[in-house]
Amino acid sequence: MGIWSCIGTTLDEVRQSLFEGRSGIVFSQERKDAGFRSPICGNVPHPDLKKILSRNVRQMMPEEAQYAYVATVQALEQAKLSQDYIDSHEVGVIYGNDSVAESTMVAMDKFRAAGSTAACGSGAIFQSMNSTVTMNLATLFHLKGINLTASAACASGSQSLGLAFLLIKNGLQDCVICGGAEENNMYGIASFDALQTFSTRIDDPTKASRPFDRDRDGLVPSGGAATLVIESYEHAVKRGAPILAEILGWGFSGNGDHISTPNVEGPARSLLRCLESSGVNPHDIGYVNAHATSTPIGDSREAEAIAQVFGDYRVPVTSTKSLTGHEMWMAGASEIIYSMLMMKNDFIAGSLNFENPDEVTQCINVIPETRQQHFDMFLSNSFGFGGTNSTLIIKNL
Amino acid sequence: MKREEIISQVNSLLAEEFEIEESEFAPDANLKETLNLDSINLVDLIALVQTTYKITIPVEDLKKIQTFGNLYDYIESHLPA
Repeated sequence: MGIWSCIGTTLDEVRQSLFEGRSGIVFSQERKDAGFRSPICGNVPHPDLKKILSRNVRQMMPEEAQYAYVATVQALEQAKLSQDYIDSHEVGVIYGNDSVAESTMVAMDKFRAAGSTAACGSGAIFQSMNSTVTMNLATLFHLKGINLTASAACASGSQSLGLAFLLIKNGLQDCVICGGAEENNMYGIASFDALQTFSTRIDDPTKASRPFDRDRDGLVPSGGAATLVIESYEHAVKRGAPILAEILGWGFSGNGDHISTPNVEGPARSLLRCLESSGVNPHDIGYVNAHATSTPIGDSREAEAIAQVFGDYRVPVTSTKSLTGHEMWMAGASEIIYSMLMMKNDFIAGSLNFENPDEVTQCINVIPETRQQHFDMFLSNSFGFGGTNSTLIIKNL
Repeated sequence: MKREEIISQVNSLLAEEFEIEESEFAPDANLKETLNLDSINLVDLIALVQTTYKITIPVEDLKKIQTFGNLYDYIESHLPA
């Protein structure tokens, strides 16, 4: 696993932030000056790749690909997957990404200012395709297997893991590098800010993201990248890899409904399909990492779906977005890592700012403060615009 | 614009864009080799000349620009009066 996020740029930092309830959300003067309704966001540092990668290589990498690169370097190191091994085996990549706004805008600005396409330069086309992350990772690490970008809005990262899981389960790939990346510049989400679905708790940024809380007033955008190495058990054993956990199953569904307003039935089907494909019953799940982004309707609908599926069993639920904000295309992958860090270190990170449930969210068991707790299996939800839902169940090993 | 000014400005821009020390530049030095340009990155040289001097270098002319000296000459002879 590897991570580059607003709550840390190493697994240790992130584990510590989760345990201590340290938020990565800040006020952005740049966004306020630019005309944002909600100038708060995740504070994601920029990796300095100048001494690591040549200018010609960096020329092809937008912000999100740079995040994905540093997260992947970490993940490969932890997985003991060396470049020598990769060079002599077929390793694939499936990564979630669903925007290239800044790089597209910069290239088009140059084009329009000069009145000539020549002004775009060499990297613009590679930076402004949605598959920029996978094309960069595949060439940087010489990956010769599946090479695919999953674009499924805020479920992209989760879907990338689900797809890799299926390819491996069906014997089509032995090892796939997965994850999700999200550009964290203001251009990536300016049009999202226009929808007025972001929190406006500008005076108190760390209180802004409050999933399931009665007084939640919208999400807080963030970004970065998260990478996981997924492989068949036999392949991992054969190459002596440190095995952390097993993906038991993947569930997915479409709402077939409104483009932005989720329903209950679609997410519930995703959860049920995941439980069924995993061959476990709800009581086996020790923790649910909710998608909950801190929007009034989204959190309510998810709470209802969880309550419907888990019935009388009040499974512990938190949303790590209370600390990170909404990492969108990255979230489905990063939240697997957050949950893994909890599972491996016997704690559940409290859902920051959950002070009071509302009439609907009281139907689930939201854990407000970090507590020591052992669990061996968790479920992670990711839902996105267009009604795309993805759920994963992971078992400790 | 005097030739000395063109040389100074071009060298400074190339050094910044391609992250190569100016001390490695010489009128007879090969542009592609010195700046580590392949067929794709060569486009950045065209973009630099386009945005700085409003000069579009057609592909057929690009083949004639082999050295730094060739590039100075090309810019000098195509600068708008």
